[in-house]
Amino acid sequence: MSYNDYEIVMGLEVHSELKTKTKIFCGCPNEFGGETNTHCCPICTGMPGTLPVLNGTVVEYALRAGLATGCKINMFSKQDRKNYFYPDLPKAYQISQFDLPLCYAGEVAIEVDGKPSLIGLTRIHIEEDAGKLLHEAGEGSLIDYNRCGVPLIEIVSEPDFRSAGEVRAYLEKLRSILLYAEVSDCKMNEGSFRCDVNLSIRPKGQKELGTRTEMKNMNSINFIVKAIDYEAKRQAQIIDGGGVIIQETRRWDEGKGITVAMRSKSDAHDYRYFPEPDLMPIITTEETMEKIKASLPVMPDIRKALYLKEYGITEYDADLIVASRHVADFFEVASKTAKNSKTVANWIITEIFSRLNEDEKEEGKIPLKPESLGELVNLIEDGVINSSTAKEVFADMWDTRKAPALIVEEKGLKQISNDDELKSMAQEVINENTKPVADFLSGIEAAIQSLMGQMMKRTKGKANPGMVISLLKEILGGMK
Amino acid sequence: MALYQLKAHVISALIQNKEMTSEEITKAFLDRIEAVEPKIDAFITISSEEALKQARAVDVKIARGEKLSSLAGVPIAIKDNMCTKGILTTCGSKILNNFIPPYNATVVNKIHAADMVILGKLNMDEFAMGSSTENSYYKVTKNPWNLKRVPGGSSGGSAAAVAADMAAFTLGSDTGGSIRQPAHYCGVVGMKPTYGTVSRYGLVAFASSLDQIGPLTKDVKDMALAMNLIMGHDPMDSSSAPIDYPDFSKSIGEDVRGMRVALPKEFLGEGIQKEVKESVLSAVRVLEGLGMVVEEVSMALTDIALPAYYLISSAEASSNLARFDGVKYGYRAKEYDDLIDLYQQTRDEGFGDEVKRRIMLGTYALSSGYYDAYYKKAQRVRTLLKQEFSKLFESYDLVLTPTGPTTAFEIGAKVDNPIEMYLNDIITVPVNIAGLPALSINSGFDQNKMPIGIQLIGDTLKEHTILKAAYAYEQARELPGGVLVEL
Repeated sequence: MSYNDYEIVMGLEVHSELKTKTKIFCGCPNEFGGETNTHCCPICTGMPGTLPVLNGTVVEYALRAGLATGCKINMFSKQDRKNYFYPDLPKAYQISQFDLPLCYAGEVAIEVDGKPSLIGLTRIHIEEDAGKLLHEAGEGSLIDYNRCGVPLIEIVSEPDFRSAGEVRAYLEKLRSILLYAEVSDCKMNEGSFRCDVNLSIRPKGQKELGTRTEMKNMNSINFIVKAIDYEAKRQAQIIDGGGVIIQETRRWDEGKGITVAMRSKSDAHDYRYFPEPDLMPIITTEETMEKIKASLPVMPDIRKALYLKEYGITEYDADLIVASRHVADFFEVASKTAKNSKTVANWIITEIFSRLNEDEKEEGKIPLKPESLGELVNLIEDGVINSSTAKEVFADMWDTRKAPALIVEEKGLKQISNDDELKSMAQEVINENTKPVADFLSGIEAAIQSLMGQMMKRTKGKANPGMVISLLKEILGGMK
Repeated sequence: MALYQLKAHVISALIQNKEMTSEEITKAFLDRIEAVEPKIDAFITISSEEALKQARAVDVKIARGEKLSSLAGVPIAIKDNMCTKGILTTCGSKILNNFIPPYNATVVNKIHAADMVILGKLNMDEFAMGSSTENSYYKVTKNPWNLKRVPGGSSGGSAAAVAADMAAFTLGSDTGGSIRQPAHYCGVVGMKPTYGTVSRYGLVAFASSLDQIGPLTKDVKDMALAMNLIMGHDPMDSSSAPIDYPDFSKSIGEDVRGMRVALPKEFLGEGIQKEVKESVLSAVRVLEGLGMVVEEVSMALTDIALPAYYLISSAEASSNLARFDGVKYGYRAKEYDDLIDLYQQTRDEGFGDEVKRRIMLGTYALSSGYYDAYYKKAQRVRTLLKQEFSKLFESYDLVLTPTGPTTAFEIGAKVDNPIEMYLNDIITVPVNIAGLPALSINSGFDQNKMPIGIQLIGDTLKEHTILKAAYAYEQARELPGGVLVEL
């Protein structure tokens, strides 16, 4: 069978660290990094006799994530113990949720190549992260407990994915929703947004699902896409060769570009879930739910539709802008001040994005007042400065945070729009540059650019280019 | 009377009135411990220096005229499953033979805040699993009434230490009777408070939904003081009840006339030692003499409480004890091949037979495919049992039972028969399953001069009712001379 005759079926489990101030069950700071074993206490290191106390903000953030993805909420929820032995899990059980997750039955809208589809969310539950093993040469394995007890949400999707493109679109969308809801930093490189992919293939048209493998803990969308591609082809090759797929957990080896078996179902854990007796059930009231709903920002899809309709910007620009809530908020405020939203969008996508890249600022956090960009755009629209001067003003504004009008004033960057002044200057330029004048008069229209260059040189770039062109044409026209 | 024979409230008065110093009293107890510990084996750790330091510090405060708690300077001892910062805490297990906690249990903080003196840490069945204290890795505690007999368990060290005057009172923990049964065997007062009224923070967990810390004392008045000391809401324990806690010393001496007491006939039938039954019936006469009304009732679910208890407690224990894996603290096997082998060797060498038995039972009960049949069903029994008790408390203030079916048995008599050992708990476990408060108090002696205890069970948060009845009973009872062994 040709590879193209197979259909890939995938479901995703995304783990996202919540950006609460403290950990899920103790008062230790919830911060990435830090000297090993400095962000921990008897509780998060599971010392005998210690007890967990649930951080209420964790529940609030998980509910925010759930409500932002259209989930239903279990008004009566509870936590359960997931039992397994591993050195990074000091209690030898993870406090998670089993049969009554906080959120369930949500959906995320995605679009691939202009084709929209909905990805179902089975559930979102809260749980604690484990520590990290450090394998030091000569010292064996060491354990850093800093990450123990960092709050996580696990977002489990339905097996609704049919292509790596859909997976990419979903992960980007989910990430943007969580950023909008302000519940997670979603920094894939720091592991605060990581993904397990369950993948099986079946001949197109077949209803029955194939045997799946699970690829765990991938923290780069590019790796995920490559891993999916490899794994689907690997499964197809096995089936074509008459083999069977073994249900197992696999790991993506980025160096070799292959997936490697970690453990098979036969030695899979029986986690022996049971209700956590040290914690009380989580009761959510209608009132809490309404409060959270009201505090959620407008989500990217709705903003995009609005930007196309009300602000008249292109779909391409809208997609780039709504990807980050900070950028979208910035765009909206700047647009209120500015006379032209398209110009605002253009400045954000070109100048601001490139400066953000250079400065390696936290995603989308623009260090300018949005009103300042609006004013800058208006200075251009009103012909006070031209767009090349505007770039200079922008650079200054970015570094000094000064208002654009003030920069223009201080630096004397105002465009020269004085008719008489420009007219006499144009006459001088025409008098002194006989060659381009002759060329122009002989029909070489482009020769006017040389005269234009002379004008800009004399005005240090401040001449209003539109006015200069029309003045030159006017004088030259009289010479014909 | 020797100083160490004094009750806590008497010692407290002597110290408050500056008739004695805490140091003098503490020394008297430490001398007593030194003299009788070789026979009783009640302690795993004796912290003499620390105790004397604490006593002197209290004496300085008293000399300065500081207003201190009513128990200031009183020397007590605690079961070795409550974490004490800087002091070995073993849970009676080899696997914690080197575990020095980096923090204090909430009850230990309360003891320090009350300026009390901790003499040491008491022996117990390993991880509180047992009814005889024979499951300790360290030693077998002897019953002070007969050194060939067990003190009961799992808080055997706590009960024996009170009976043998080695501490003014002690703290134990009760998951299925582990305070009340040894109190019964050793002739002292033992109380398990309502689940959620004493913080479990720092109590090394056996079965989280059942464990409760409680005191063992020489009399009911001391019990009221000890309950005042340890009870209270603790934000560090999510199961802790956020309520106003009463002053239990006010329960002492309150009128008990007209109180209604239920006497379940199931606990006076088959399997109950004749003298135990007789002692309960004599207690009934004393209560009636005090103006209480005692009526025989039937409790249908008593026979399924024990299996439900062993499923729930073992299931929780299998998870709670998983952290003892030799990785971060405690005992680690000397030789192992790889990570799995490290776990296996450590746990094989570090845990005793009874603990392994319960871990296996609990692991099985939680396994996929068996969960509904065992753990879930046991939880349903729990709900039903709670309902049965609630119904009873609609008509009665208290339930009266023997504390255990027999008096203390001989050391070694039941070690090879776990089921027979488990049956010791048959009357105490329903109380834990329902989360209720209950107290055991001496009601007489059998023909071998071994103490007998009766159990008074109250409704949720009705410690007050239990204490006032127990005090009235204590004043009215006639104990036909039990004699402590000359130690």
